[in-house]
Amino acid sequence: MNAQAIQAPTISTSNIDSRKLKNKAFRILVIVLSALTISPIALILGKLIVKGIRQINLDFFYQNAPNTLEAMTAISNGEIIPGGIANGITGTIFLVILASLMAIPIGIIIGIFLYENQEKRYANLIRNLSDILQGVPSIVLGLIAYLWVVKNITNGFSALAGSVALAIMMLPLIIRATEETMKMIPGTLKEAGLALGVPYYKVILRVLIPSGFSGLSTGILLSISRVLGETAPLMLTTLGSPVINWDVSAPTSAVPLLIWEFYNDPNMVDLIWSSSLFLMGFVLTLNIISKRISAKRKVI
Amino acid sequence: MENIDRIKDPILSIKDLSIAYNKGAKYAVKDVNVEVKKNAITAIMGPSGCGKSTLLRAINRMHELYPSIETKGNIFLHDEDIMKMSTIQLRRKIGMVFQRPNPFPTMSIYDNVIAGYKLNGIRISKSERDNIVEQSLRNVALWDEVKDSLFKKGTFLSGGQQQRLCIARALAFQPEVILLDEPTSALDPIATSRVEDLLVELKKKYTIVLVTHNMSQAARISDYSMFMYLGDLVEYGKTKMMFTNPRDSKTEEYLTGKFG
Repeated sequence: MNAQAIQAPTISTSNIDSRKLKNKAFRILVIVLSALTISPIALILGKLIVKGIRQINLDFFYQNAPNTLEAMTAISNGEIIPGGIANGITGTIFLVILASLMAIPIGIIIGIFLYENQEKRYANLIRNLSDILQGVPSIVLGLIAYLWVVKNITNGFSALAGSVALAIMMLPLIIRATEETMKMIPGTLKEAGLALGVPYYKVILRVLIPSGFSGLSTGILLSISRVLGETAPLMLTTLGSPVINWDVSAPTSAVPLLIWEFYNDPNMVDLIWSSSLFLMGFVLTLNIISKRISAKRKVI
Repeated sequence: MENIDRIKDPILSIKDLSIAYNKGAKYAVKDVNVEVKKNAITAIMGPSGCGKSTLLRAINRMHELYPSIETKGNIFLHDEDIMKMSTIQLRRKIGMVFQRPNPFPTMSIYDNVIAGYKLNGIRISKSERDNIVEQSLRNVALWDEVKDSLFKKGTFLSGGQQQRLCIARALAFQPEVILLDEPTSALDPIATSRVEDLLVELKKKYTIVLVTHNMSQAARISDYSMFMYLGDLVEYGKTKMMFTNPRDSKTEEYLTGKFG
C-alpha cells in the first residue's frame, strides 16, 4: 500500500489573544461558581461555631439536659446555661447501634443477592423497590414504626421503635453500596476461591466481603451519617427522655430531638446552637472517616 | 477425528462431551473424546472462540458458573465420573490457574498459599502449615524470592511472581491434575519463560493441561496437543508429530498462520 502524506490543516494564530482572554474569563467563572457552591457549608459552620462554641465544655458531654428553670436562673445571673446533652448523645449512639444491627446484615445480604442475580426479574423488582424505599418521607417511616412497634410490640414509645424506623432508612443505602462494591470486585477472585474447592457461601464471606471491605464500610458510614440527624420519625417513636436510657423498650432521647425541645423553650436558645454544632461535627467526622477508609483500605 | 496415539492408563478420559451455553444454543464444545496422559503436559490450542477454555473449565466443572449451561457426556478422573462427584471434592483433586494472576488481595503471601485449607476450615498444625507453604513455594521456585516477606500482601509481588504464587496455591492441596487457562498471556517474556520452565519441572509430580494461544509455547513445553476449531476437536496427538506432520489440513493452516 502506498502511504499518502496527510496534509496538516493550517491553524491560524491571529485570534490567539482573544482565545487567551476567553480562557481567563472561563477560569474565573469556574472559580466563582465553585466558591458559591462551598459558601453555604462555610457559612453554616461559621454560624454554628460563633453561636454554639460558648456552651461547649466538659459538662456539655457529661450532663443531661437542664430543665427550663435552671436555664432561666443561669441566664438571669448572666451565666452560661448549665448541663449538657449527654442523654441525647447516648440516645443517638444507642439508636444508631440498634438500627445498624438490623440494617447492616439484611442490607448486605440483599445487596449480594442482587449482585448474584443481576439480570433476573425479581432482582430488578427488589432493586426498584429499594430505590422507592429511599424516597419514602421519613415521617411516614416514623408512622409505620409507630404502628408496628409502639402500638404492637413495646406498647409505648421506645428506642426499639425509633431504631426500626432508622434501620428502614439505612437499608436502601446499604443495599446499593453493597451491590456496587461487589460489582467492582473482579470476578476472577470468586473463581479463584471456587477453584480451590471452597463452598460458595464461604467464598462470599471470606473472600468477597473482605475484599470489598472499604466499599462496604464507606456505604455503612454514609448511611449512618444520613440517619444521625433524623428528627421526624423519632418524634413519633422514641419520644425523648430527660435521662440517659439504655433500655430498648423505654423512651430515649437523641440529639436532634433535643434540638427540637430546646427550640420550643425560649430559655434554652443557646443550647440549640451548641447541639447543632455537635451534630454537624459528628456527621462531618463520619464522612471524613469513611473517605479515609476508602482511600486507605482499597484493595481492588 | 483420528487418534492414532492410543494412551495407556489415562488419568482423565473425556467421553462424548458436548457443552452449550444455553439450552438449544450452538455447541461450544462438540462430541469431544480425549484421553489425557498422566505426568505429561497436554496443550489445547485453537483460535479464539473455539471452545478450548470451555473444555478446560469443564474438567473441574468451573463452567457450571454459567447457570444456563448444558453439558452432555462424561469426564472420568481415573474411573470416577466427575459429574457425580461433589465440586468441592473434585476441585481439590483438579486445581486451576487462571489467565490473570488472582491472589486474594486481603491475604498475605503465606495465607494465599494456605488459602485452600484456611477457607475450607481444614485444621492442620502450625508445623504442617509451614511445611506446606515452604514446599509449595519451593515447587514454584518462589521460596527464595519471598521467604523474608511471607507476611506481606501477595498483591505487592510482580505479575510473574503473582502467577507463580497462584500456581503454588493450587499445588498446596496436592492435586492430581492442574488446569491452566492461558497462564502466561498477562506476563512478560522473562516471567513467561520462568513459568514454562516451572511447568516442565512440575509434570514430574502432576498432570498438566494447558490452554494456550501461543503456538510456540505449546511446541516448547507440551508432550501432547489438541487442536480445536469451532467446538470440534480436530486433531489430537503427540506435539512433535502434530507440529511436524499435521494430519488435518485445518491444523496445518492454523499452525502455519493462515488463520487464527
